[in-house]
Amino acid sequence: MAQKILLKDIDVPGIETFDVFRKQGGYSAVEKVLKTMSPEDVVEEVKKSGLRGRGGAGFPTGMKWSFLAKPEGVPRYLVCNADESEPGTFKDRYLMTKLPHVLIEGMIVASYALGANTSYIYVRGEMMPQIRILEKAIAEAKAAGFLGENILGSGYDLEIYVQPGGGAYICGEETALLESLEGKRGNPRIKPPFPAIAGLYGCPTVVNNVESIAATSWIVLNGGDEYAKIGIGRSTGTKLISASGNINKPGVYEIELGLPVEEFIYSDEYCGGIANGKRLKAVVAGGSSVPILPANLILRTVNGEPRLMSYESLADGGFASGTMLGSGGFIVMDEDACIVRNTWNFSRFYHHESCGQCSPCREGTGWMEKILHRIEYGHGKMSDIDLLWDVQRKIEGNTICPLGDAAAWPVASAIRHFRDEFEWHVNEPKAAMEGNYGLAHYADPLPVPAAPSELVK
Amino acid sequence: MSEKFKVTIDNIVIEVDPGTTILNAARMIGGDIVPPAMCYYTKLQGSGGKCRTCLVKVSQGSEKDPRPMPKLVASCRTTVMDGMVVQNITSPEVIEARKGVVEILLINHPLDCPVCDQAGECHLQDLSFEHGAEQTRYEFKRRTFERIDIGDKIQLHMNRCILCYRCVFTADQITNERVHGVLNRGDASEISTYITKAVDNDFSGNMIDVCPVGALTDKTFRFKNRVWFTKPVDAHCECDKCSGKVTLWYKGEDVIRVTGRKDQYGEVQDFICNTCRFDKKKTSDWTIEKPTEIDPRSVISANHYEMEHMLPVIDKKIM
Repeated sequence: MAQKILLKDIDVPGIETFDVFRKQGGYSAVEKVLKTMSPEDVVEEVKKSGLRGRGGAGFPTGMKWSFLAKPEGVPRYLVCNADESEPGTFKDRYLMTKLPHVLIEGMIVASYALGANTSYIYVRGEMMPQIRILEKAIAEAKAAGFLGENILGSGYDLEIYVQPGGGAYICGEETALLESLEGKRGNPRIKPPFPAIAGLYGCPTVVNNVESIAATSWIVLNGGDEYAKIGIGRSTGTKLISASGNINKPGVYEIELGLPVEEFIYSDEYCGGIANGKRLKAVVAGGSSVPILPANLILRTVNGEPRLMSYESLADGGFASGTMLGSGGFIVMDEDACIVRNTWNFSRFYHHESCGQCSPCREGTGWMEKILHRIEYGHGKMSDIDLLWDVQRKIEGNTICPLGDAAAWPVASAIRHFRDEFEWHVNEPKAAMEGNYGLAHYADPLPVPAAPSELVK
Repeated sequence: MSEKFKVTIDNIVIEVDPGTTILNAARMIGGDIVPPAMCYYTKLQGSGGKCRTCLVKVSQGSEKDPRPMPKLVASCRTTVMDGMVVQNITSPEVIEARKGVVEILLINHPLDCPVCDQAGECHLQDLSFEHGAEQTRYEFKRRTFERIDIGDKIQLHMNRCILCYRCVFTADQITNERVHGVLNRGDASEISTYITKAVDNDFSGNMIDVCPVGALTDKTFRFKNRVWFTKPVDAHCECDKCSGKVTLWYKGEDVIRVTGRKDQYGEVQDFICNTCRFDKKKTSDWTIEKPTEIDPRSVISANHYEMEHMLPVIDKKIM
């Protein structure tokens, strides 16, 4: 059984209440940092842990914290990015629902490390229940003296506020989130300046994902070196993976980074194999914006090494044959999935969620969606596939924020790895409407697992 | 600051003050190497970075850190570093990306230049002429918007808008109250007023001048004439609200339009008030200075207003 850090007490009844959480050893990290550690010590521990941002980009958290400008007389802010809206990712929602105090504890530790006296949790607007849970947890922590003025007699003051967003995907981009938090239209800012210099209300700000912040309390309790021992290479620690799609056991799993992808998909401890005895066709390994990979490339790299669930191994091969760990939205598709339809669906999402600020993304995402819609519904032309490739290339890298890239990558990778399926849609529109392309040559390299007995009848 | 930064743009070296953007450094050199800019406006703080036509390649970040920047950058919002090497027209990658941006800007543009008052002084026209392709590859229905009325002075054609946000910044920064802004998201975003309120204040007319396309046009000039048949003349008047320095656009002996004076990049030198723009349409209101200097390559200069004899059409003696 792999080590659990964030979800270790998930099965304790009543863990969402302060009393039970405290009994399980909760908030001891707060006691430790406030009584024995300086803010610099905390930053140093997090740096040593090698914790990388869990929101998608994988930027080292300790490094991000140390970049924070510290001018005299200017407040600093910590903002927790809980605007989780990447299709296929639902780990933060799970964590906030079940273990709100893990996040609050991490918020206190991180705020102390950064010297922030006001911190915000920006929660996606659709997550109303989670907002109430967090507000209740904050009230409980405050009543117990872990929030407010002079926490535990240390002289450190902290207030945490929960801010519901409007439900826009773009507000998960850190500068758009800050604009939205300031009460403006959620358009990403043009960088530089980065939030570490001028963020919320023009003050130095750190924006971290829920999972990154939640991990910090374990790190300060057990030491950064201890955290760095978990995982593999530069991918340290554990990661929450939201597994969905055609698998037997969808859900949120906490894995040690470095777990083989094959084991993750087929072992009973995790996804439990492909549902209904079907075969694996493709995997989107880190949320909708990362490149999709066919079965043969997700299980093994081009060099034939087994692919591991880690930042480096998943990215092995670059965009030609690799993907990214991203936010950990692991979407599995079986032989009945249609890649064209799936790509169109993602594309429709990005078209809908583009903020409309810069031209390539505003116009280009809509264009891609229309072309994909045409191919999917049997009116495509062969030249459309090349056009699609060209349009995504014009968007990628030419936009203000990474949403343009996120819209371009799934399209690019789908054409790169599944071009024959696109061509089949163009050549055989009738068959494509009625049936499915199937596995083709991305054959599942594993033997077909025996179908569950109740389906064999 | 006495210290100057040395920047190389398309192999031309120039020394500029720290804090200058790449675009402005290129404008100091001038000529073909100046990236086009649709949304950046020198006088409007915070503008730029949106249209992506001014993308350039930074092949060397600075003297100290010579690494190239990984992506193309918006030259209007990137400040120069000492020893920076920038490629604009010498980089095929930039040319390609710019062509893509122009194509993307045009896919939903109605291309109704024949009935657009902006034609002849439209930046999007220039841009597509210089960087665009002959034909679009877009085969779908173009996006359209419901027409809304934003007042008796300014005509809004949302279909032509490229969402440069210039008019939003103008309203924010030079008028006392902004009543319009961008509504909705993505390709449904539109310039609109709050519950179709009229845009009406002393400096609202400047939104027309800053608009790079025909989305905001002068209602008092609407369908009066094509700009290339009119003659621009610099003039001024005593005005207690603004500098009073304007360009008058003559058709025959009538002033049919008043605008701010624009420089070679289409940016106004001084913002003018609505009284000067919309109400003073008689020659007697103005002190004429001289014919406006127009780029000889512009369609407006094709009017040959410097000719000694007036053109027959507007010669009263013949008529």
